[in-house]
Amino acid sequence: MTINEIQENIIEEFAQFDDWMDKYSLLIDMGNSLQALDEKHKTPQNIIEGCQSRVWLNADYNDGIITYQGESDAILVKGIVSLLIQVLSGHTPDEILKTELYFIDKIGLKEHLSPTRSNGLVAMVKQMKMFALAYKSKEN
Amino acid sequence: MNTINIEQIRSDFPILNEKIHNKPLIYFDNGATTQKPQCVLDRINYGYEHLNANIHRGVHSLSQRATEAHENARNAVAQFLGADKREEIIFTRGTTEAINLVAFSFGEAFCKEGDEVIVSVMEHHSNIVPWQMLCERKKMTLRVIPMNERGELDLVAYKNLLNARTKIVAVTHVSNVLGTINPVKEIIEIAHNQNIPVLIDGAQAVPHIAVNVKELDADFYVFSGHKIYAPTGIGALYGKEKWLNELPPYQGGGEMIAKVRFEKTTYNELPFKFEAGTPDYIGSTALAEALRYVQETGIEKIAAYEYELTAYCTQRLLEIDSMRIIGNAQHKSAVVSFLVGNIHPYDIGMLLDKLGIAVRTGHHCAQPLIDSLEIPGTVRASFAFYNTKEEIDNFIEALKRVVTMLS
Repeated sequence: MTINEIQENIIEEFAQFDDWMDKYSLLIDMGNSLQALDEKHKTPQNIIEGCQSRVWLNADYNDGIITYQGESDAILVKGIVSLLIQVLSGHTPDEILKTELYFIDKIGLKEHLSPTRSNGLVAMVKQMKMFALAYKSKEN
Repeated sequence: MNTINIEQIRSDFPILNEKIHNKPLIYFDNGATTQKPQCVLDRINYGYEHLNANIHRGVHSLSQRATEAHENARNAVAQFLGADKREEIIFTRGTTEAINLVAFSFGEAFCKEGDEVIVSVMEHHSNIVPWQMLCERKKMTLRVIPMNERGELDLVAYKNLLNARTKIVAVTHVSNVLGTINPVKEIIEIAHNQNIPVLIDGAQAVPHIAVNVKELDADFYVFSGHKIYAPTGIGALYGKEKWLNELPPYQGGGEMIAKVRFEKTTYNELPFKFEAGTPDYIGSTALAEALRYVQETGIEKIAAYEYELTAYCTQRLLEIDSMRIIGNAQHKSAVVSFLVGNIHPYDIGMLLDKLGIAVRTGHHCAQPLIDSLEIPGTVRASFAFYNTKEEIDNFIEALKRVVTMLS
Protein backbone atom coordinates (compact mmCIF):
# COMPACT_ATOMS: atom_id res chain seq x y z
CA MET A 1 0.00 0.00 0.00
CA THR A 2 1.20 3.50 -0.74
CA ILE A 3 1.42 6.10 1.96
CA ASN A 4 -1.64 7.90 0.61
CA GLU A 5 -3.65 4.70 0.47
CA ILE A 6 -2.89 4.18 4.15
CA GLN A 7 -3.92 7.76 4.89
CA GLU A 8 -7.21 7.17 3.06
CA ASN A 9 -7.85 3.99 5.05
CA ILE A 10 -7.34 5.81 8.31
CA ILE A 11 -9.65 8.63 7.22
CA GLU A 12 -12.29 6.04 6.40
CA GLU A 13 -11.84 4.27 9.71
CA PHE A 14 -12.41 7.49 11.64
CA ALA A 15 -15.24 8.62 9.34
CA GLN A 16 -17.54 5.91 10.72
CA PHE A 17 -17.81 7.91 13.97
CA ASP A 18 -19.64 11.22 14.28
CA ASP A 19 -19.13 11.66 17.95
CA TRP A 20 -15.76 13.02 19.12
CA MET A 21 -15.82 10.60 22.05
CA ASP A 22 -15.88 7.60 19.73
CA LYS A 23 -13.06 9.08 17.67
CA TYR A 24 -11.02 9.60 20.77
CA SER A 25 -11.83 6.11 22.03
CA LEU A 26 -10.46 4.73 18.76
CA LEU A 27 -7.35 6.87 19.17
CA ILE A 28 -6.92 5.62 22.73
CA ASP A 29 -7.26 2.02 21.51
CA MET A 30 -4.60 2.67 18.91
CA GLY A 31 -2.35 4.15 21.59
CA ASN A 32 -2.90 1.14 23.81
CA SER A 33 -2.12 -1.32 21.04
CA LEU A 34 1.08 0.41 19.95
CA GLN A 35 3.95 -1.95 20.44
CA ALA A 36 6.00 -0.80 23.40
CA LEU A 37 9.30 0.74 22.44
CA ASP A 38 12.23 -1.41 23.45
CA GLU A 39 13.85 0.05 26.57
CA LYS A 40 17.18 0.16 24.76
CA HIS A 41 15.71 2.71 22.36
CA LYS A 42 14.46 4.98 25.15
CA THR A 43 17.69 6.92 25.06
CA PRO A 44 18.11 10.65 25.63
CA GLN A 45 19.05 10.80 21.96
CA ASN A 46 15.68 9.43 20.89
CA ILE A 47 13.58 11.61 23.16
CA ILE A 48 11.57 14.52 21.81
CA GLU A 49 10.67 16.78 24.70
CA GLY A 50 7.40 18.64 24.45
CA CYS A 51 6.25 21.04 27.10
CA GLN A 52 3.33 18.74 27.92
CA SER A 53 4.37 15.21 27.10
CA ARG A 54 7.38 13.24 25.92
CA VAL A 55 7.76 11.27 22.73
CA TRP A 56 10.45 8.75 21.88
CA LEU A 57 11.24 7.91 18.29
CA ASN A 58 13.59 5.37 16.81
CA ALA A 59 14.18 4.51 13.16
CA ASP A 60 15.88 1.54 11.47
CA TYR A 61 16.94 1.36 7.85
CA ASN A 62 17.12 -1.95 6.02
CA ASP A 63 17.02 -2.74 2.27
CA GLY A 64 16.00 0.80 1.39
CA ILE A 65 13.05 0.81 3.81
CA ILE A 66 12.67 2.83 7.00
CA THR A 67 10.93 1.26 10.00
CA TYR A 68 9.90 3.55 12.82
CA GLN A 69 9.13 2.72 16.44
CA GLY A 70 7.87 5.23 18.94
CA GLU A 71 6.15 5.82 22.23
CA SER A 72 4.78 8.57 24.43
CA ASP A 73 3.87 8.95 28.08
CA ALA A 74 0.45 10.41 27.15
CA ILE A 75 -2.03 7.98 25.61
CA LEU A 76 -3.61 10.42 23.14
CA VAL A 77 -0.16 11.36 21.90
CA LYS A 78 0.69 7.67 21.72
CA GLY A 79 -2.40 7.16 19.56
CA ILE A 80 -1.16 9.74 17.09
CA VAL A 81 2.35 8.28 17.24
CA SER A 82 0.78 4.95 16.32
CA LEU A 83 -1.03 6.55 13.36
CA LEU A 84 2.12 8.30 12.13
CA ILE A 85 4.03 5.03 12.31
CA GLN A 86 1.25 3.18 10.45
CA VAL A 87 1.44 5.78 7.70
CA LEU A 88 5.16 6.30 7.32
CA SER A 89 6.83 3.11 8.49
CA GLY A 90 7.85 0.58 5.81
CA HIS A 91 8.52 3.09 3.07
CA THR A 92 11.55 4.47 1.32
CA PRO A 93 13.18 7.76 2.35
CA ASP A 94 12.00 9.34 -0.92
CA GLU A 95 8.38 8.33 -0.38
CA ILE A 96 8.48 9.63 3.19
CA LEU A 97 10.09 12.91 2.22
CA LYS A 98 7.53 13.79 -0.42
CA THR A 99 4.55 12.86 1.75
CA GLU A 100 2.05 15.45 2.80
CA LEU A 101 0.43 14.28 6.02
CA TYR A 102 -3.17 15.34 5.42
CA PHE A 103 -4.95 12.59 7.32
CA ILE A 104 -4.61 14.20 10.75
CA ASP A 105 -6.53 17.24 9.63
CA LYS A 106 -9.16 15.08 7.90
CA ILE A 107 -9.85 12.92 10.95
CA GLY A 108 -10.29 15.99 13.14
CA LEU A 109 -7.23 15.54 15.31
CA LYS A 110 -5.33 18.49 13.94
CA GLU A 111 -5.35 20.24 17.29
CA HIS A 112 -2.83 17.71 18.56
CA LEU A 113 -0.41 18.75 15.86
CA SER A 114 -0.76 22.41 16.58
CA PRO A 115 2.62 23.82 17.62
CA THR A 116 0.95 25.62 20.49
CA ARG A 117 -0.01 22.33 22.15
CA SER A 118 3.69 21.66 22.56
CA ASN A 119 3.22 17.96 23.06
CA GLY A 120 6.23 16.92 21.01
CA LEU A 121 4.21 15.75 17.99
CA VAL A 122 5.22 18.52 15.62
CA ALA A 123 8.84 17.82 16.50
CA MET A 124 8.20 14.11 15.97
CA VAL A 125 6.90 14.59 12.42
CA LYS A 126 9.93 16.74 11.72
CA GLN A 127 12.21 14.10 13.21
CA MET A 128 10.63 11.32 11.11
CA LYS A 129 11.43 13.31 8.00
CA MET A 130 14.91 14.07 9.30
CA PHE A 131 15.60 10.35 9.63
CA ALA A 132 14.44 9.91 6.03
CA LEU A 133 16.67 12.72 4.88
CA ALA A 134 19.64 11.32 6.78
CA TYR A 135 19.17 7.80 5.36
CA LYS A 136 18.68 9.19 1.87
CA SER A 137 21.93 11.11 1.95
CA LYS A 138 23.69 8.05 3.38
CA GLU A 139 22.43 6.04 0.41
CA ASN A 140 23.79 8.54 -2.06
CA MET B 1 -20.24 32.82 54.21
CA ASN B 2 -21.02 33.38 50.56
CA THR B 3 -22.07 36.97 50.56
CA ILE B 4 -20.87 37.87 47.10
CA ASN B 5 -23.55 38.28 44.47
CA ILE B 6 -22.45 35.56 42.09
CA GLU B 7 -25.05 36.30 39.41
CA GLN B 8 -24.09 39.94 39.33
CA ILE B 9 -20.41 39.09 39.17
CA ARG B 10 -20.84 36.55 36.37
CA SER B 11 -22.79 39.05 34.33
CA ASP B 12 -19.84 41.45 34.64
CA PHE B 13 -17.58 39.05 32.69
CA PRO B 14 -18.75 38.81 29.05
CA ILE B 15 -16.42 35.93 28.15
CA LEU B 16 -18.20 33.61 30.56
CA ASN B 17 -20.97 33.30 27.94
CA GLU B 18 -18.59 31.73 25.43
CA LYS B 19 -19.19 28.24 24.09
CA ILE B 20 -16.28 25.84 23.62
CA HIS B 21 -17.00 22.85 21.35
CA ASN B 22 -20.67 23.82 21.72
CA LYS B 23 -20.52 23.53 25.49
CA PRO B 24 -20.70 26.39 27.96
CA LEU B 25 -17.19 27.45 28.92
CA ILE B 26 -16.08 26.40 32.38
CA TYR B 27 -12.95 28.42 32.99
CA PHE B 28 -10.76 26.87 35.68
CA ASP B 29 -7.43 28.25 34.44
CA ASN B 30 -7.44 31.41 36.49
CA GLY B 31 -3.97 30.72 37.85
CA ALA B 32 -2.66 31.28 34.32
CA THR B 33 -4.73 34.36 33.62
CA THR B 34 -8.08 35.76 34.71
CA GLN B 35 -10.97 37.05 32.63
CA LYS B 36 -11.78 40.73 32.45
CA PRO B 37 -14.92 42.44 33.76
CA GLN B 38 -16.80 44.84 31.52
CA CYS B 39 -15.66 47.85 33.56
CA VAL B 40 -12.00 47.03 32.80
CA LEU B 41 -12.75 46.53 29.11
CA ASP B 42 -14.62 49.85 29.11
CA ARG B 43 -11.71 51.57 30.82
CA ILE B 44 -9.33 50.44 28.07
CA ASN B 45 -11.64 51.88 25.43
CA TYR B 46 -12.22 55.02 27.42
CA GLY B 47 -8.48 55.51 27.65
CA TYR B 48 -8.03 55.40 23.90
CA GLU B 49 -11.17 57.40 23.23
CA HIS B 50 -10.59 60.22 25.71
CA LEU B 51 -7.12 60.21 27.24
CA ASN B 52 -4.64 59.08 24.66
CA ALA B 53 -1.53 61.20 24.57
CA ASN B 54 2.03 60.48 25.62
CA ILE B 55 2.45 61.24 29.27
CA HIS B 56 4.78 63.34 31.43
CA ARG B 57 6.18 65.37 28.55
CA GLY B 58 3.33 67.11 26.81
CA VAL B 59 2.34 70.65 27.73
CA HIS B 60 -1.02 70.14 26.10
CA SER B 61 -4.15 69.30 28.02
CA LEU B 62 -4.67 65.80 26.67
CA SER B 63 -1.17 64.81 27.78
CA GLN B 64 -1.89 66.32 31.19
CA ARG B 65 -5.05 64.28 31.45
CA ALA B 66 -3.28 61.07 30.48
CA THR B 67 -0.46 61.78 32.92
CA GLU B 68 -2.92 62.37 35.71
CA ALA B 69 -4.75 59.13 34.98
CA HIS B 70 -1.49 57.15 34.94
CA GLU B 71 -0.23 58.70 38.18
CA ASN B 72 -3.61 58.17 39.83
CA ALA B 73 -3.28 54.52 38.86
CA ARG B 74 0.03 54.47 40.73
CA ASN B 75 -1.78 55.82 43.79
CA ALA B 76 -4.37 53.07 43.41
CA VAL B 77 -1.71 50.33 43.32
CA ALA B 78 0.07 51.86 46.33
CA GLN B 79 -3.18 51.98 48.26
CA PHE B 80 -4.11 48.42 47.19
CA LEU B 81 -0.80 47.04 48.47
CA GLY B 82 -0.74 49.24 51.56
CA ALA B 83 2.47 50.96 50.48
CA ASP B 84 3.59 54.11 52.29
CA LYS B 85 4.49 56.13 49.25
CA ARG B 86 3.41 56.24 45.63
CA GLU B 87 7.10 56.48 44.61
CA GLU B 88 7.52 52.93 45.87
CA ILE B 89 5.37 51.59 43.03
CA ILE B 90 7.13 50.90 39.72
CA PHE B 91 4.99 49.88 36.78
CA THR B 92 6.39 46.89 34.89
CA ARG B 93 5.09 44.56 32.21
CA GLY B 94 4.30 42.03 34.91
CA THR B 95 5.79 39.82 37.60
CA THR B 96 8.52 38.47 35.34
CA GLU B 97 9.84 41.88 34.38
CA ALA B 98 9.63 43.07 37.98
CA ILE B 99 11.74 40.15 39.22
CA ASN B 100 14.23 40.62 36.40
CA LEU B 101 14.50 44.28 37.33
CA VAL B 102 15.30 43.50 40.96
CA ALA B 103 17.62 40.60 40.13
CA PHE B 104 19.59 42.82 37.76
CA SER B 105 19.68 46.09 39.66
CA PHE B 106 20.05 44.59 43.13
CA GLY B 107 22.76 42.33 41.77
CA GLU B 108 24.65 45.29 40.29
CA ALA B 109 24.43 47.25 43.52
CA PHE B 110 25.03 44.64 46.18
CA CYS B 111 26.28 41.29 44.89
CA LYS B 112 29.73 39.90 44.26
CA GLU B 113 31.45 36.58 43.64
CA GLY B 114 30.77 33.99 46.33
CA ASP B 115 27.49 35.58 47.48
CA GLU B 116 24.28 33.57 47.71
CA VAL B 117 20.61 33.94 46.77
CA ILE B 118 17.85 31.86 48.36
CA VAL B 119 14.71 30.77 46.52
CA SER B 120 12.30 27.93 47.32
CA VAL B 121 11.67 24.63 45.57
CA MET B 122 8.11 25.72 44.67
CA GLU B 123 9.04 28.80 42.64
CA HIS B 124 7.70 29.56 39.18
CA HIS B 125 10.48 29.72 36.57
CA SER B 126 10.16 33.50 36.63
CA ASN B 127 11.40 33.52 40.22
CA ILE B 128 14.24 31.10 39.47
CA VAL B 129 15.78 31.99 36.13
CA PRO B 130 16.46 35.73 36.75
CA TRP B 131 18.34 34.73 39.94
CA GLN B 132 20.22 32.00 38.10
CA MET B 133 21.24 34.59 35.52
CA LEU B 134 22.45 36.83 38.32
CA CYS B 135 24.37 33.91 39.85
CA GLU B 136 26.00 33.19 36.53
CA ARG B 137 26.89 36.82 35.96
CA LYS B 138 28.40 37.34 39.39
CA LYS B 139 29.61 33.78 40.10
CA MET B 140 27.20 33.38 42.99
CA THR B 141 25.34 30.37 44.36
CA LEU B 142 21.59 29.69 44.33
CA ARG B 143 20.27 27.97 47.48
CA VAL B 144 16.88 26.27 47.60
CA ILE B 145 14.44 25.98 50.51
CA PRO B 146 12.95 22.46 50.50
CA MET B 147 9.37 21.53 51.45
CA ASN B 148 7.62 18.73 53.31
CA GLU B 149 5.33 16.12 51.74
CA ARG B 150 2.25 18.31 52.24
CA GLY B 151 3.86 21.04 50.15
CA GLU B 152 4.82 23.42 52.97
CA LEU B 153 8.22 25.09 53.08
CA ASP B 154 10.69 23.73 55.61
CA LEU B 155 11.48 26.79 57.71
CA VAL B 156 14.13 25.01 59.78
CA ALA B 157 16.04 24.20 56.60
CA TYR B 158 15.48 27.81 55.50
CA LYS B 159 17.08 29.15 58.68
CA ASN B 160 20.05 26.88 58.11
CA LEU B 161 20.51 28.19 54.56
CA LEU B 162 20.82 31.80 55.70
CA ASN B 163 24.38 32.92 56.29
CA ALA B 164 26.72 35.89 55.98
CA ARG B 165 26.97 35.38 52.22
CA THR B 166 23.19 35.46 51.66
CA LYS B 167 22.32 38.67 49.83
CA ILE B 168 18.61 38.28 49.14
CA VAL B 169 15.72 35.82 49.58
CA ALA B 170 13.07 35.46 46.84
CA VAL B 171 9.98 33.40 47.67
CA THR B 172 6.50 33.05 46.28
CA HIS B 173 3.56 34.10 48.43
CA VAL B 174 1.28 31.41 46.94
CA SER B 175 2.44 28.39 44.92
CA ASN B 176 0.93 28.31 41.43
CA VAL B 177 1.02 24.49 41.45
CA LEU B 178 0.28 23.46 45.03
CA GLY B 179 -1.80 26.42 46.16
CA THR B 180 0.25 26.63 49.35
CA ILE B 181 0.06 30.01 51.06
CA ASN B 182 3.56 30.45 52.41
CA PRO B 183 4.16 32.10 55.80
CA VAL B 184 5.89 35.01 54.10
CA LYS B 185 5.66 37.29 57.12
CA GLU B 186 7.69 34.80 59.11
CA ILE B 187 10.07 34.20 56.20
CA ILE B 188 10.70 37.94 55.95
CA GLU B 189 11.17 38.33 59.70
CA ILE B 190 13.73 35.51 59.80
CA ALA B 191 15.74 37.10 56.97
CA HIS B 192 15.47 40.56 58.51
CA ASN B 193 16.99 39.26 61.73
CA GLN B 194 20.15 38.94 59.67
CA ASN B 195 19.55 42.15 57.71
CA ILE B 196 18.79 40.27 54.50
CA PRO B 197 16.11 41.72 52.21
CA VAL B 198 13.25 39.62 50.81
CA LEU B 199 11.37 39.72 47.51
CA ILE B 200 7.89 38.18 47.49
CA ASP B 201 6.35 36.95 44.24
CA GLY B 202 2.72 37.92 44.73
CA ALA B 203 1.41 36.88 41.30
CA GLN B 204 -0.82 34.13 42.73
CA ALA B 205 -1.60 35.94 45.98
CA VAL B 206 -3.02 39.39 45.23
CA PRO B 207 -6.09 38.14 43.34
CA HIS B 208 -7.05 35.81 46.18
CA ILE B 209 -5.94 37.04 49.60
CA ALA B 210 -5.51 40.39 51.31
CA VAL B 211 -1.95 41.66 50.99
CA ASN B 212 -0.36 44.51 52.90
CA VAL B 213 3.30 45.06 52.14
CA LYS B 214 3.84 47.19 55.25
CA GLU B 215 2.38 44.55 57.50
CA LEU B 216 4.53 41.89 55.83
CA ASP B 217 7.51 44.25 55.92
CA ALA B 218 8.42 43.01 52.42
CA ASP B 219 11.37 44.72 50.79
CA PHE B 220 10.08 43.95 47.31
CA TYR B 221 6.64 42.67 46.34
CA VAL B 222 5.68 41.98 42.71
CA PHE B 223 2.52 41.03 40.83
CA SER B 224 0.93 40.89 37.37
CA GLY B 225 -2.18 42.77 36.37
CA HIS B 226 -3.57 40.06 34.12
CA LYS B 227 -3.93 37.63 37.03
CA ILE B 228 -6.13 40.12 38.86
CA TYR B 229 -8.68 40.91 36.13
CA ALA B 230 -6.56 43.63 34.44
CA PRO B 231 -5.13 43.49 30.91
CA THR B 232 -1.91 41.70 29.99
CA GLY B 233 1.33 43.64 29.80
CA ILE B 234 0.98 45.63 33.01
CA GLY B 235 2.14 44.76 36.49
CA ALA B 236 3.89 46.34 39.40
CA LEU B 237 6.93 46.22 41.61
CA TYR B 238 6.65 47.52 45.12
CA GLY B 239 10.04 48.31 46.62
CA LYS B 240 10.92 50.03 49.85
CA GLU B 241 12.12 53.52 49.00
CA LYS B 242 15.49 53.00 50.68
CA TRP B 243 16.21 50.02 48.41
CA LEU B 244 14.91 51.55 45.21
CA ASN B 245 17.03 54.64 45.81
CA GLU B 246 20.14 52.53 46.09
CA LEU B 247 19.52 50.38 43.01
CA PRO B 248 20.87 51.50 39.63
CA PRO B 249 18.38 51.75 36.73
CA TYR B 250 17.42 48.55 34.89
CA GLN B 251 16.85 49.91 31.41
CA GLY B 252 17.91 53.16 29.84
CA GLY B 253 15.88 55.45 27.63
CA GLY B 254 13.49 58.34 27.78
CA GLU B 255 11.50 59.12 30.89
CA MET B 256 14.10 57.67 33.28
CA ILE B 257 16.65 60.46 32.89
CA ALA B 258 17.19 63.82 34.56
CA LYS B 259 19.78 65.18 32.15
CA VAL B 260 21.41 63.54 29.17
CA ARG B 261 24.86 64.64 28.05
CA PHE B 262 27.21 62.56 25.96
CA GLU B 263 29.75 62.88 28.77
CA LYS B 264 27.40 61.86 31.58
CA THR B 265 23.69 61.23 32.08
CA THR B 266 21.97 61.70 35.40
CA TYR B 267 18.90 59.72 36.28
CA ASN B 268 15.41 60.76 37.23
CA GLU B 269 13.93 60.30 40.69
CA LEU B 270 11.74 57.47 41.83
CA PRO B 271 9.63 55.99 40.40
CA PHE B 272 10.63 57.25 36.94
CA LYS B 273 14.23 56.04 37.27
CA PHE B 274 12.91 52.52 36.63
CA GLU B 275 10.38 53.34 33.93
CA ALA B 276 12.32 53.82 30.73
CA GLY B 277 10.32 54.55 27.61
CA THR B 278 6.64 55.31 27.15
CA PRO B 279 4.82 53.46 29.92
CA ASP B 280 1.65 51.47 29.37
CA TYR B 281 -0.59 54.25 30.64
CA ILE B 282 -3.71 52.62 29.20
CA GLY B 283 -2.80 49.38 30.97
CA SER B 284 -2.04 51.12 34.25
CA THR B 285 -5.42 52.86 34.32
CA ALA B 286 -7.19 49.61 33.45
CA LEU B 287 -5.26 47.92 36.26
CA ALA B 288 -6.46 50.58 38.67
CA GLU B 289 -10.02 49.89 37.53
CA ALA B 290 -9.55 46.14 38.09
CA LEU B 291 -8.21 46.79 41.59
CA ARG B 292 -11.19 49.05 42.27
CA TYR B 293 -13.52 46.27 41.12
CA VAL B 294 -11.82 43.74 43.41
CA GLN B 295 -11.89 46.12 46.36
CA GLU B 296 -15.51 46.98 45.76
CA THR B 297 -16.37 43.28 45.84
CA GLY B 298 -14.14 42.88 48.88
CA ILE B 299 -11.00 40.79 48.97
CA GLU B 300 -12.04 39.13 52.25
CA LYS B 301 -15.33 38.03 50.71
CA ILE B 302 -13.51 36.84 47.60
CA ALA B 303 -11.06 34.85 49.72
CA ALA B 304 -13.85 33.26 51.74
CA TYR B 305 -15.87 32.34 48.65
CA GLU B 306 -12.86 30.93 46.79
CA TYR B 307 -11.88 28.96 49.88
CA GLU B 308 -15.33 27.37 49.82
CA LEU B 309 -14.95 26.52 46.12
CA THR B 310 -11.50 25.01 46.66
CA ALA B 311 -12.59 22.91 49.62
CA TYR B 312 -15.69 21.72 47.77
CA CYS B 313 -13.72 20.80 44.64
CA THR B 314 -11.12 18.92 46.69
CA GLN B 315 -13.81 16.97 48.51
CA ARG B 316 -15.58 16.06 45.27
CA LEU B 317 -12.34 15.09 43.51
CA LEU B 318 -11.69 12.59 46.27
CA GLU B 319 -14.82 10.67 45.17
CA ILE B 320 -12.78 9.47 42.20
CA ASP B 321 -10.73 6.28 42.56
CA SER B 322 -6.93 6.62 42.50
CA MET B 323 -7.22 10.38 42.98
CA ARG B 324 -4.05 12.06 44.21
CA ILE B 325 -4.26 15.68 45.30
CA ILE B 326 -0.85 17.27 44.77
CA GLY B 327 -0.36 19.83 47.52
CA ASN B 328 -2.10 19.39 50.85
CA ALA B 329 -0.83 22.38 52.77
CA GLN B 330 -2.82 23.54 55.75
CA HIS B 331 -3.18 27.01 54.21
CA LYS B 332 -4.14 26.86 50.55
CA SER B 333 -5.35 29.35 48.01
CA ALA B 334 -7.69 28.79 45.04
CA VAL B 335 -5.65 26.05 43.34
CA VAL B 336 -6.21 22.28 43.23
CA SER B 337 -3.59 20.17 41.45
CA PHE B 338 -4.21 16.48 40.99
CA LEU B 339 -3.39 13.24 39.20
CA VAL B 340 -5.60 10.21 38.62
CA GLY B 341 -3.82 6.85 38.73
CA ASN B 342 -1.23 6.69 35.98
CA ILE B 343 -3.21 8.81 33.54
CA HIS B 344 -1.08 11.50 31.94
CA PRO B 345 -2.23 15.08 32.68
CA TYR B 346 -2.19 15.93 28.96
CA ASP B 347 -4.81 13.27 28.22
CA ILE B 348 -7.15 14.55 30.91
CA GLY B 349 -6.69 18.17 29.82
CA MET B 350 -7.33 17.45 26.14
CA LEU B 351 -10.50 15.48 26.82
CA LEU B 352 -11.84 17.98 29.39
CA ASP B 353 -11.36 20.68 26.76
CA LYS B 354 -13.70 18.72 24.48
CA LEU B 355 -16.30 19.10 27.22
CA GLY B 356 -15.81 22.86 27.44
CA ILE B 357 -13.62 22.80 30.53
CA ALA B 358 -10.39 24.79 30.60
CA VAL B 359 -7.83 23.45 33.06
CA ARG B 360 -4.06 23.65 33.01
CA THR B 361 -1.89 20.59 32.53
CA GLY B 362 1.84 20.03 32.64
CA HIS B 363 4.62 21.43 34.79
CA HIS B 364 3.06 24.91 35.17
CA CYS B 365 6.44 26.59 34.61
CA ALA B 366 7.71 25.01 37.83
CA GLN B 367 9.82 22.14 36.49
CA PRO B 368 12.11 21.85 39.53
CA LEU B 369 9.04 21.41 41.75
CA ILE B 370 7.45 18.82 39.45
CA ASP B 371 10.77 16.94 39.20
CA SER B 372 11.15 16.95 42.97
CA LEU B 373 7.71 15.32 43.25
CA GLU B 374 8.71 12.72 40.65
CA ILE B 375 5.52 13.20 38.63
CA PRO B 376 5.02 14.01 34.93
CA GLY B 377 3.07 17.16 35.78
CA THR B 378 -0.38 17.77 37.19
CA VAL B 379 -3.87 18.72 36.12
CA ARG B 380 -4.64 22.02 37.78
CA ALA B 381 -8.00 23.61 38.43
CA SER B 382 -7.62 27.18 39.65
CA PHE B 383 -10.57 29.32 40.62
CA ALA B 384 -11.73 32.89 40.55
CA PHE B 385 -14.71 34.46 42.31
CA TYR B 386 -16.87 34.11 39.19
CA ASN B 387 -16.69 30.30 39.37
CA THR B 388 -19.49 28.32 41.00
CA LYS B 389 -20.16 25.03 42.75
CA GLU B 390 -22.40 24.07 39.81
CA GLU B 391 -19.39 24.43 37.53
CA ILE B 392 -17.41 22.22 39.88
CA ASP B 393 -20.21 19.62 39.78
CA ASN B 394 -20.12 19.67 35.96
CA PHE B 395 -16.34 19.45 36.02
CA ILE B 396 -16.46 16.40 38.32
CA GLU B 397 -19.01 14.65 36.08
CA ALA B 398 -16.86 15.42 33.02
CA LEU B 399 -13.73 14.24 34.78
CA LYS B 400 -15.39 10.95 35.72
CA ARG B 401 -16.33 10.43 32.08
CA VAL B 402 -12.83 11.24 30.91
CA VAL B 403 -11.20 8.97 33.47
CA THR B 404 -13.43 6.09 32.39
CA MET B 405 -12.38 6.66 28.79
CA LEU B 406 -8.71 6.71 29.71
CA SER B 407 -8.69 3.79 32.16
